[in-house]
Amino acid sequence: MKTLADYSGMSARQAVETAIGRAKEVQDYNALIELHEERALQRADAVDRGEVTGLLAGIPFVAKDNFLTFGGSTTAASTMLKDFKAPMQATAVEKLEAQGAICIGKANLDAFAHGGSTENSAFGPTKNAHDMSKVAGGSSGGSAVAVALDIVPFALGSDTGGSIRQPASFNGVVGVKPTYGTVSRFGVVAMASSTDTIGVLTSTVDDASKLMDILAGQDSRDMTTLPDFFTPVEKLKGSLRVGVIRESMTDEVDKDVREKTQAYLDRLKEQGHTVTEVSLPLLKYSLAMYYIIVPAEISSNLARYDGVRYGHRAESETLSELYGKTRDQGFMPENIRRIMLGSYVLSSGFFDAYYLKAQKARTLLIQQFETLFNEYDVLVMPTAPSTAFALGERTDDPVHMYLADIMTVPASLAGLPAISVPAGTDAAGMPIGVQLIGPRKSDATLLALAKTTEEA
Amino acid sequence: MTHFSSKDVRYLAQLSSVELEADEAKDLEIDLEHIVGFFEQLSELDTEGVEPTYQVTDVQNVWREDETVDTYGVEQSTLLELAPEAEANSIKVPKVL
Repeated sequence: MKTLADYSGMSARQAVETAIGRAKEVQDYNALIELHEERALQRADAVDRGEVTGLLAGIPFVAKDNFLTFGGSTTAASTMLKDFKAPMQATAVEKLEAQGAICIGKANLDAFAHGGSTENSAFGPTKNAHDMSKVAGGSSGGSAVAVALDIVPFALGSDTGGSIRQPASFNGVVGVKPTYGTVSRFGVVAMASSTDTIGVLTSTVDDASKLMDILAGQDSRDMTTLPDFFTPVEKLKGSLRVGVIRESMTDEVDKDVREKTQAYLDRLKEQGHTVTEVSLPLLKYSLAMYYIIVPAEISSNLARYDGVRYGHRAESETLSELYGKTRDQGFMPENIRRIMLGSYVLSSGFFDAYYLKAQKARTLLIQQFETLFNEYDVLVMPTAPSTAFALGERTDDPVHMYLADIMTVPASLAGLPAISVPAGTDAAGMPIGVQLIGPRKSDATLLALAKTTEEA
Repeated sequence: MTHFSSKDVRYLAQLSSVELEADEAKDLEIDLEHIVGFFEQLSELDTEGVEPTYQVTDVQNVWREDETVDTYGVEQSTLLELAPEAEANSIKVPKVL
């Protein structure tokens, strides 16, 4: 795979042309929804003329298509926004462009980032970089495959319950979901505001660290952003206390995944870190909490797609018909399921039993994490209970599909940083990812720890 | 186990402003029942006296001066062009009354 360093000494035009050429060569994987060729080449020439400089000058990347960008459409992989031309760019994209990076196109996702396989896209599924009969994972499936297939050295993604980490795991790349509030979400299509985060998918841990250093920081346009705390850790001082979560290593997790996670832990031990088995009893309840809280927030956030101000509008005689038909036509079935679930758990009579109950359980989950972080620096578990599953295998069974998120939702609910790093493959050669979770703002330490095992 | 009737699904569709086709409504009865059934496990947890967590930052209200801020560099005309139908500096919708 390509790294940022591979671009030193290369002209921006050559870098962009190579990336676009590669994207076209592997288009059967359906990693990208759209190439923004014209704007990318214009920007490349501006870099080559010395008009744009910076730490990422001339380096091509792709943004998940829920990031607003110039140069073409921003679709969120939906019919609702299929022709939407963003009038502004996401802060994350602006920050990368300010350093000279060049967005060559938009990566496929589950529509509105609702899904764990990139099969819920109005533009068709993305295929796994290692086996075209398997899912890419999701919802940042296109971003992960674009990096794994060597189109670009990095991609922007969003992670609400695992949408960066799980596809990173399925395609053998590094995926970073930072501490909640690290990176501005301004200009990113909102899903669930209390867990939405912005991060990167890369081929190396070092590159992820460099990019997070550029992306982190407060933005007056996203009131949840934290003052910039991210400082790359060059070298870890001393040994860390690592806890491996017992409940993530049960028989319900594929044997190969457990073995490779164990091998990763052994490498940490060889590096001098202590590894202890710990318990997170609420792990198994996290998925139920997540699929109550997140649809509730989705039902509210997606109310804005009404066919009035922008996006798809259905032919209608009355305003209420306009809303109803626009939303039925513009959303994918999974979007509608989540919106209606959200309406249900928030509706009078059910609010206390579901929504309030889940938010209270979330407090207990956060407390369990806090107790563990009193004694441990880092928690480790598999990123997903299995490697990539077959295309179509779970599309008829939403709950089965949701189970792919079981390992990633706890960190999201608690707002904790979590990264997925490659940890070998299963017997069939499909990538396995191991997840490192730390206390809030420990992002740089997690990356530094991952770096030691990457070199080993 | 919570049961979802076609009437329940129609009510939720109305709350969600979605006009469902008949086959979609039928699928949703099954899917929602299945998913909400999965939520029942939370009743095993004792949450008596526990405060809910609605957000995970320590950030409280973020105030700013009540001043006009920039418009993100976007012109009114650009926004009106995004609207499916616009006329005389306004967005047009079907008759409400």
